[in-house]
Amino acid sequence: MSSQTTSGAVTEHSEHYDEVGTRLGFWLFLFTELFLFGAFFIVYLVYRTTYLPDFQTASNQLSTVIGTTNTIILLFSSLTVVLAIHYMRKGIKKMALTFLSITILCGLAFLVIKSFEWGGKFDHNLFLQLRGNIEQGLGSPLLTPGSSEMLPMGQVLFFGLYFIMTGTHALHIIIGLIWMSVLWVWIYQGKLKTDRAGILENGGLYWHLVDLIWIYLFPLFYLIA
Amino acid sequence: MSKKKASQATESNNFFNQHTGKWTTFPMSWLTSTDHKRIGLMYGYSMFFFFGLAALIGLIIKLQKMYPASSGWEIIPPSLYGSFFTLHGVIMIFLFILPGASAVLGNFLLPLQLGAKDVAFPRVNLLSFWLYLGGAILAVVGILLGAADTGWTFTPPYSVTTKTISIFGFSFDSVSWMLVAAFILGWGTILTGINFIVTIHRMRCKGMTLFRMPLFSWTLYATSWIQVLATPVVGITLLMLAIERVMPVGFFDPAKGGDPILYQHLFWIYSHPAVYIMILPTMGLVSEILPTYCQRPIFGYKSIALSSCALAIFGYFIWAHHMFTTGMSDFANAVFSLLTFLVAIPTAIKVFNWSATLYKASISFQPALLFAIAYVFNFMIGGLTGMFLGSLSTSIHLHDTEFIVAHFHYTMFGGAAFGLIAGTLHYFPKMFGRIYSKGSAYAAFVLMFVGFHATYVPMFIMGMNGLPRRYHTYPDIPLFSNMQFASTIGSWILVSGIMLLLFTLVRGILKGEVTTERNPWNSSTLEWQTATPPTLFNFEQDMEVTRDPYDYPAFRLEQKKSKAGGKK
Repeated sequence: MSSQTTSGAVTEHSEHYDEVGTRLGFWLFLFTELFLFGAFFIVYLVYRTTYLPDFQTASNQLSTVIGTTNTIILLFSSLTVVLAIHYMRKGIKKMALTFLSITILCGLAFLVIKSFEWGGKFDHNLFLQLRGNIEQGLGSPLLTPGSSEMLPMGQVLFFGLYFIMTGTHALHIIIGLIWMSVLWVWIYQGKLKTDRAGILENGGLYWHLVDLIWIYLFPLFYLIA
Repeated sequence: MSKKKASQATESNNFFNQHTGKWTTFPMSWLTSTDHKRIGLMYGYSMFFFFGLAALIGLIIKLQKMYPASSGWEIIPPSLYGSFFTLHGVIMIFLFILPGASAVLGNFLLPLQLGAKDVAFPRVNLLSFWLYLGGAILAVVGILLGAADTGWTFTPPYSVTTKTISIFGFSFDSVSWMLVAAFILGWGTILTGINFIVTIHRMRCKGMTLFRMPLFSWTLYATSWIQVLATPVVGITLLMLAIERVMPVGFFDPAKGGDPILYQHLFWIYSHPAVYIMILPTMGLVSEILPTYCQRPIFGYKSIALSSCALAIFGYFIWAHHMFTTGMSDFANAVFSLLTFLVAIPTAIKVFNWSATLYKASISFQPALLFAIAYVFNFMIGGLTGMFLGSLSTSIHLHDTEFIVAHFHYTMFGGAAFGLIAGTLHYFPKMFGRIYSKGSAYAAFVLMFVGFHATYVPMFIMGMNGLPRRYHTYPDIPLFSNMQFASTIGSWILVSGIMLLLFTLVRGILKGEVTTERNPWNSSTLEWQTATPPTLFNFEQDMEVTRDPYDYPAFRLEQKKSKAGGKK
């Protein structure tokens, strides 16, 4: 973005770089993300209290093995992103790139496992149907009101929250992956140098947040039974 | 500095002809500009446009109420009445008053007041504006094509079940469009908030300690924290509602096991603090305007600054006073009522300080000051009637009546919007390097002030007598029909005032007398030290602040010295 001096165009803005300010801004952004998921957690808490038995029954249908695997993968990727930042600060580009690649691979592995898990639910007709399809009588998912094999309300809410919350989380993973791929290219091309390691660090902070949210999602959906 | 030299400098050199990027031709040079002043002005143009538009819709709503429907009077068909007040509410709240003073004047003034070159993240600032523009287009298209009729609060279960109108064969889900639009607008607000907080912490010039910041910057600081911490909650809540509309999961629909009261909690956790997002920056503007036209230090600088923060904090803990009739426990009701009354304290601190600033001052009654004083007057009426609604027993009587509508307009229109207008008039010469016609600004003020009270006082009286809101008509009894008639006449005066004001501003921008005077109102704060209009990087040199912002005695000494010594 830093085109030097075309006539009438002044780009002093982008030359100014304040690492503390950038990090402060980024932490504030992370807080907004926490509040965003906080609203989800409040909704979850209210319905868990109202429909506790239903929530436990529904939770039993989620595979703890898959959940644990994904948790371990994400925690490991948090470690590797920290190592990437560490080597970036030291100026060892090759190691930084290696660990960043491992992080990206872990994120992809998480998404693949997640997609198998969602696919399994779809096979059992557990998915969010579009209203338009219901009105036209297409499909017979269990989450459709009025269908003969309709689940109890509490379980519908559980799976509704499950799909929406893990879906939002997966969306964050995808954003994080795109971000880190861009950083990877920038480091590889030498655009991102040691003095701007803070930018990579912000990417790492974001990844940790995504991790942290999963740490809460995992027990709430998989372990409460 | 001699006037001639200054005018030469500004002719060749100000933010109207200096660009920040590659684009140097008109629409793109503005739409891609990272300059905080251009972004502020772009917000200003779009917001005042929406203000005028929604005011006209309000005029139609009032016209519908001129005579009761039983007399055969019908301007809007009853089935569309809900869509009209939704259109009015959504545009006024989400597109005008919520970004409000903090987006227009905050963007323009914050770096100037702090002695900085720009905000902390100029490109993020531009992104905020794009998000605002995108959200605004989505909202307006959504509501015009689909005629949503939920009101601006989208309260379920009605907002889940309300039918959408189908146009050209495909059904158009207007409510979902507006929910998504509000979500996008919300992200714009959050990013602006983050930007301002970091700017205030990191970009102040030398000598500008926190307690030397002008009060408008203080109120922006408090506002930004609310924007950052409250907006995500409502954003995700509205998104859940949108998901509920397209998929059969029932987060808030009781027919599917959801809890509509939970929605109201989540909605008001944001939307009550949001009224402080709307009102706080304008309180800061009034605190800038009063000392300038009184030419004296503001009374109680620190208490005004800190009471802004107190309002931001208290604002979080009183959301459920919107829900006294939903069947919460009596204990919760009592606690929320008590907390609501606490809000009166920081508000009163401000009002008393403003009055003390005016007391025995030699006041220069410029148009901006008249709007500012009207602001204090209107806001006091709005605030005191708020106490009626905050106390439990009267709240049950007044709930969902026209009284609430009048109360809300006294705080948000008579308050926030009047304050924004006052600020715009005050800073107009600095922003455009032109002078508006004072005569028509005075006339607009008189029309708006008279029309405002004529419109909304009758609504207080009707609400007291039990007339519910959100109905297209009312029983034909003398009290209601006389009051509605008076209120409708009042709305004509009010809207003609608004139109005259908008005309004055537009004419001032296009044809006003050109000025390069740096400090036309003789104000002591830092933003007036820049060229008129300011250059791209605001100040010719790095600034240093050595005194309090409203220290008028020291300011007069400085002026004497510079006159005696000439330019160094």
